[in-house]
Amino acid sequence: MQITSPRFKDNARDALADTQLQRALSNVEHNFIDKRRIVADALPEFEALRDSARDIKNHTLAHMDLYLEEYESKVTASGGHVHWAETAGDACQIILGICREEKARTVTKGKSIVTEEIGLNAFLEENGITPVETDLGEYIIQLRGEAPSHIIAPAVHVNQSQVEEDFRRVHTHLPEGRDLSEPTTLLNEARGVLRQKYFDADVGITGANFLIAETGSSVIVTNEGNGDLTQTLPRVHIVVATLEKVTPTLEDVSQILRVLARSATGQDMSVYTTFSTGPKRAADPDGPEEYHVVILDNGRSGMLGTEYQDMLRCIRCGACMNHCPVYHAIGGHAYGWVYPGPMGAVLTPSLMGIDKAGHLPNASTFCGRCESVCPMRIPLPKMMRHWRTREFERHLQPSAARYGLGLWAFFARRPALYQLATRLAIGVLAMLGARRGRFSSLPMAGGWTRHRDLPAPQGATFQQLWSRREKTRRRNAA
Amino acid sequence: MSGRDAIFRRLRTSLEVGDDDSARRQAVRTRLTDAPKGLIPKRGQLPLDERVALFCKMAEAVQSTVQRVPDASAVPHAVAELLRTRNLPSSVRMGADPLLRAMPWADVSTLQVLEGRSHGDDIATVSHAIGGIAETGTLVLHSGVDNPTTLNFLPEIHIIVIRITDIAGDMECIWEGLRKQFSKGGMPRVVNMITGPSRSADIEQKLILGAHGPRSLHVIITEN
Repeated sequence: MQITSPRFKDNARDALADTQLQRALSNVEHNFIDKRRIVADALPEFEALRDSARDIKNHTLAHMDLYLEEYESKVTASGGHVHWAETAGDACQIILGICREEKARTVTKGKSIVTEEIGLNAFLEENGITPVETDLGEYIIQLRGEAPSHIIAPAVHVNQSQVEEDFRRVHTHLPEGRDLSEPTTLLNEARGVLRQKYFDADVGITGANFLIAETGSSVIVTNEGNGDLTQTLPRVHIVVATLEKVTPTLEDVSQILRVLARSATGQDMSVYTTFSTGPKRAADPDGPEEYHVVILDNGRSGMLGTEYQDMLRCIRCGACMNHCPVYHAIGGHAYGWVYPGPMGAVLTPSLMGIDKAGHLPNASTFCGRCESVCPMRIPLPKMMRHWRTREFERHLQPSAARYGLGLWAFFARRPALYQLATRLAIGVLAMLGARRGRFSSLPMAGGWTRHRDLPAPQGATFQQLWSRREKTRRRNAA
Repeated sequence: MSGRDAIFRRLRTSLEVGDDDSARRQAVRTRLTDAPKGLIPKRGQLPLDERVALFCKMAEAVQSTVQRVPDASAVPHAVAELLRTRNLPSSVRMGADPLLRAMPWADVSTLQVLEGRSHGDDIATVSHAIGGIAETGTLVLHSGVDNPTTLNFLPEIHIIVIRITDIAGDMECIWEGLRKQFSKGGMPRVVNMITGPSRSADIEQKLILGAHGPRSLHVIITEN
């Protein structure tokens, strides 16, 4: 997928001005947060399960090579094939190779963010193979020629009337006067259109939420059932997954499943949790005859052992973006690549380079909501801070920001001087702004005052107010 | 160097694996062998009666319909009645499942019973679940000649029969059962955990049932 993260600031500005998008984003803010809270509150062990899930993943990451070896041998023993891809390009070539072997013309796809990461759809199309997205949200954005704006709700930025327009534009074989005024009729139309595609496809591609070392199984967690039709009906099933999806045992997966759907969609359990192991067995009346797993690195092995290792615990539930005030304001596309929100702000610079995505971590108020809801307890704000430090060290910020920070750091390291300087500055500003109580323009603060007034300081610094408060408290206590 | 070797070399460098990684290997072997259960929520840890009541409550909360019948011989009538009340054609498809096959389908002369996988034109299918999970109202099915996977995903209405004693408290009990049947580390081609009928909230986050899979899920619990 084309990366537009370097244009993050412009993207964000455009998103804020997009009224259609702003209306769609209000759905994220209201629905996801409430639903998660209700199911999390209903399970007394929820917090302890988060600890358990984190510990399982930490253990797995520390032994990742060994679990991957075990996984590979189990897949092979069940008649499947494992392919290793170092880069996005390698993964695309491997998948194309399997499709060519099958002389595939169409490929159905379940929702898979990793195939967005490797730009698989565009690559298959360039090579004469038609990919058909089967998840309703993915289908909608495929018709629109867009990328997903959320990792579990890819079309969350699209409004119902836009879906109707797209369906009328594309489904020209259906009667013009048909009623598409309800979400139900839209869904039924997609169901009808996609039904035949499952049967026509030569190859079905899905992602995987987990790869189980103990059994050589891949696991997909879905609500629609499209992933299952995608992997059951074509002759060949290809699973695309990244290294860190490997998990030791069925019991370990069960622990993590208990926090996954609750964090993602506020369900106790998703509708379909499917464990697939190898191709169709001799007596099976249905199922794929070939089962391939493409395991992708694409930079992950390099994250192990660094301050970004914890990010590899991510199970792609989307809770961090669902709770992020910045995501609520600008949506997913502004982040410029497949992974939006706080997890994207950490992962995108790791995978695509700090030069391309180094300023994504700057779009955080460090309010900490993302970490407070992350089922795997990933310290997202801490890792964003690491990126900010690296960006500073590598001189990648605009010079004004660098000099400003440098100047601030000079004072911050000298507390007495800092207090004196801030007292002076506050005093001067308080005098200047005393009449109106606010500034409508200030030199060097145009970024703020262009959009709103800056309240004039009231004459005392935070440290002064704090020490006064402490004195009063001590006097009252004595 | 192959991609595989390069990836493993990088992993081992990042993990700082030394010449002797016997301790790591032992840790992995132990975890795979012992498969520790972790934390199991109290919710499903109940005696059978209460467990079944919880299963029904959780299944209904995700829009499944649940019916309890005295024994397996009552299932064909229950299926015929269900199709009649929903104004659906009197026809069902199922696999070669011994429990289902032993039921007196011939007693319901109006009902057409087809056997084998689905090709997408069946309104109603019947499957036999090997287990239920009370904690979440989930049904567990696995592939094989007995219960083709296509029956779970292609019909409009999916009817799942489960024996009351197969309703467990949690997922972990299911794994124990499967290991007994398929040996440790072995699995059937596919295990489907199903929690309610198919749904989507991709259009403005409004929940709609019947996205691509069954529009409704009917569970019949046989009590004897």
